[in-house]
Amino acid sequence: MSRAAAWPYKTFSYLMLTLIGLTMIVPFAWMIATSFKPATEILRPNFFPVAPTIANYETVLFDTALPRWYWNSIVVAVMSTVSVAFFDSLAGYVFAKYQFPGKRIIFILFLSSLMVPTEMLIIPWYIMSVHPIVGSSWVDTYWGIAFPGLITAAGVFLMRQFMQGVPNELLDAARMDGVSEFGLFWRIAIPLALPAVGALCIFNFLGNWNAFIWPLIITSARDMMTLPVGIQFFSTEAGADWHLIMTGATLSVVPLLLIVIFFQRYIIDGIALTGIKG
Amino acid sequence: MSRSKFTVFLLSCLLVLLMSSQAFLQDDVIEIEYWQYNFGGRIEAMDDLIAQFEAANPDVRVIHNSDIAYDNFRDEIAASAPAGVGPDVVTLFYGWIPAFVDAGYLVPLPEEDFPAEWIESYFSPMVAESKFLDQYWSIPTAVRTLALFWNKDMFEAAGLDPEKPPTTLEELVEMAQALTIYDGNGTEILNIAQEGFPPQLSGQWHHWFREVLLRQYGGVPYSDDLRSVMWNSPEGCEAFTYMSDFETVYKTGSNDLFTDATNAFVTGLAAIHIDGSFRLGTIRNNNPDLNYGVAELPVGPNGERHNFGSYWTHGITRRAAGDERRMDAAVRFLKFITTAEAGLTWVEYTGELPAQLEAAADEELLADPILGPFAASLAYSHATFFVDETAQRQVLIDAFDNIRLAGVDPCQALNDAALVEQEILDQFWADQ
Amino acid sequence: MFQLTLARKKILWAYLFLAIPLIFFLYIRIYPTLFAFEMSLYDWNPLAEEQEYIGTENYERLATELNNPRSVTRAAFSNTIVYVVLGVPIQLSIALLVALMLNEIGRLTMLYRLLFFLPFVTSTISIAWVFRALYQPQFGFLNVLLTLFSLPQQPFLKSPTQALPSILAMIIWQGLGFAVIIFLAGVKQIPRDYYEAATVDGANRWQSFRRITLPLLNPSIVYLIVLQSISFLRTFAPVLAMTTQGDGGPLNSTTTVVLRIYREAFQRFDMGFAAAQTVFLFAIILVVTIVQMRLTTRATD
Repeated sequence: MSRAAAWPYKTFSYLMLTLIGLTMIVPFAWMIATSFKPATEILRPNFFPVAPTIANYETVLFDTALPRWYWNSIVVAVMSTVSVAFFDSLAGYVFAKYQFPGKRIIFILFLSSLMVPTEMLIIPWYIMSVHPIVGSSWVDTYWGIAFPGLITAAGVFLMRQFMQGVPNELLDAARMDGVSEFGLFWRIAIPLALPAVGALCIFNFLGNWNAFIWPLIITSARDMMTLPVGIQFFSTEAGADWHLIMTGATLSVVPLLLIVIFFQRYIIDGIALTGIKG
Repeated sequence: MSRSKFTVFLLSCLLVLLMSSQAFLQDDVIEIEYWQYNFGGRIEAMDDLIAQFEAANPDVRVIHNSDIAYDNFRDEIAASAPAGVGPDVVTLFYGWIPAFVDAGYLVPLPEEDFPAEWIESYFSPMVAESKFLDQYWSIPTAVRTLALFWNKDMFEAAGLDPEKPPTTLEELVEMAQALTIYDGNGTEILNIAQEGFPPQLSGQWHHWFREVLLRQYGGVPYSDDLRSVMWNSPEGCEAFTYMSDFETVYKTGSNDLFTDATNAFVTGLAAIHIDGSFRLGTIRNNNPDLNYGVAELPVGPNGERHNFGSYWTHGITRRAAGDERRMDAAVRFLKFITTAEAGLTWVEYTGELPAQLEAAADEELLADPILGPFAASLAYSHATFFVDETAQRQVLIDAFDNIRLAGVDPCQALNDAALVEQEILDQFWADQ
Repeated sequence: MFQLTLARKKILWAYLFLAIPLIFFLYIRIYPTLFAFEMSLYDWNPLAEEQEYIGTENYERLATELNNPRSVTRAAFSNTIVYVVLGVPIQLSIALLVALMLNEIGRLTMLYRLLFFLPFVTSTISIAWVFRALYQPQFGFLNVLLTLFSLPQQPFLKSPTQALPSILAMIIWQGLGFAVIIFLAGVKQIPRDYYEAATVDGANRWQSFRRITLPLLNPSIVYLIVLQSISFLRTFAPVLAMTTQGDGGPLNSTTTVVLRIYREAFQRFDMGFAAAQTVFLFAIILVVTIVQMRLTTRATD
């Protein structure tokens, strides 16, 4: 395509992207602005606080268990992300690179778990947690919050698509050189798919940060709750404390924003490098 | 097995032995678990009561779990029950009791410890109204009634006497209209800048209809055997029309504005509001400068007074009943937290009224300018017998939404709603 | 002979590698799912000690309610269909458009990419509260904007007709970034020279898009359609957080199947009926997924 033909498209693209981009950012701006408003100013039409205050942050940080919820969210998200990174990649690799009887059935079995709403598994999971096969009750433990998400079907699916991009010739050559089967995965497939693994980690971390129903049920001690569950405390029998909800929401978004800003290359280039093959 | 491994094995055996003997030695202390939802004052009040109880009963330890947000309280109980864990003594909204009894989750209060005559003479009459299947399943520490909140500054600005809230239903309409301010772009609901009196069916208005307005207009909400819906009578229709007119005819506000009516009042955007005493804490926390007053609800067309009373009430669970010693401890604990003294302790922390008649008649309480009107209403309060409070509330929310959003005639909407609620009642009683 | 043992060895390794994930899925996912299926045959009340077997009664009730135009259950299923049928195509079209435009521009790509990824980073529960506020009459930002342009205020979440589209807009907004990223990755994979060859052949942009971009993007499209359909079919948290008391109102206009499942199970303690709805939803998702996979993969061949 010639440069001359491209410029109107480019201008149009910039325009549209800016427009859609603005709608992406307005809710955040409003959320942040609101977190600096006193309770009495929430229901006023002004976008920015008239009498800005950091009282909400003081309340949320010092009078609630929010710092603790933060920490819990991080621990759980890291735990599950490490596990997901390893097991999802391994399973994805097997589905992409091995032929074996029952492959289709097992893959469908994995995928089918995406289709059952989590809400319905809560009671069985809870019973499993109170009377676990190992150790004592998992209620109010990090393990208890994390275990349903330690391996994810969506991740296996994603990694299978990626691993198909790893050249067979490379694997076969290494196999001839005497590299073990696990070595093939660990030393060849993983390094090649590393950007994709990075993307998977970020998606998974975000997903965990967002998890609501299960952490809600499995924790009954306030000190073990995760952020989305803890924020529920700002909506009480006496109604919703909007100023505190917005402050909590702002605080819960900040670390994720940083992660995304730091790793954004990974997120996109990771997927682009290995690519999705049908 | 190597020598060192054997040593470790021996040591751990020893440890287990030690620990079990420890448990054996402490066997004379029984632990029971108590659950309530998370709400500031209630937690402190219960902590105080538990400390007193444990001091008087050194053989019982009460684990207090109040870390569950209000919205999720029932979910947590529902999840804990099949796993065989959860509370021994639990605080539930009285309207939920039938569902918990129905499932066999609660056990009846032992007659020898809580005789029916004693409950009926010691507690506010609304407690007796919750007798179910000829038995008492729970008793409260405190009860709640409704009152009218008004914003004195807005009354003054509208040229009304800031010390004279509406006392009759007509006055309420007049003042609500006088207090409504529009933004200049029109006089539709969405143009309201200050609400005179916003309807809030999801809040207290559905109670106000069933137990207050309906009775003031001469109707009754349910048949005496509690099995039939009666609120869709002509009287009910009049009462419901009176309510819906605030939004559809007089346009004095809507629950849709300013997130909801409660928030609107608390933040100083609505002039009149009907609510319970638990709202006092919200105002104190979120808008301490609000210049407001509290009054008894307006009288009906014939000058009759009625009010709606409700309460969170404590029951003993199946889990406690499964073990004699737990049950004994649970009974003692329940007795302790429902005395008149406990009721007065509770008022201090929560602003809820004592459930015990002698404590509720407290001079100081009745003279209190804010709590007084709530306490005075106790004498004429009714507690609705709910089989499924959430569903029954939803029925009236939907009826009201049908009027204001779908333009259905109030009487028609009420009749349609009655059919839905009758089904809920039928389904419930069919299982008994 | 050597080949055979290698193949055998590889099969063994495959099983070995899959052992832990397989055990995990069987124990953590499949077994509880079967448990849920079993619940659907009981009058299962989580608070009760013993559960009563009632055969297919829950399914019969589901059938009756689905045939009753006024029932909540029916509203939930029909709303859910609306969420999927509107949500998936709208979200994916916008995402594709954005991805193509992002590929078009040279400068500031990083910044724009970040912008579109922002919403994906937020917790649904928190951001739903933000949208709830934005949609409010009088003080909500959207209505303030309308007033600014002298347009009449809109009730948005408070109106039985506007509420569902309002919630849908939030869901599309939040999930857009993910779809954009996947598409962008796909678009970047398409070799430049394909387009150049097409231009030489006299194809215009639209033709290049139809003949090169769309077919080559197929794997991404399949992946997204399948995943997003499942996720729209399971719409729950935004409705819970954006409607008054999480009731899926006004007048049941926004309620979804999963919201009903949650309510029946944990608020009305009717887990048997909730489980029956889960099984039915599961069947729907399964059929939809299989059909989509068939149709979309055939399109590439």
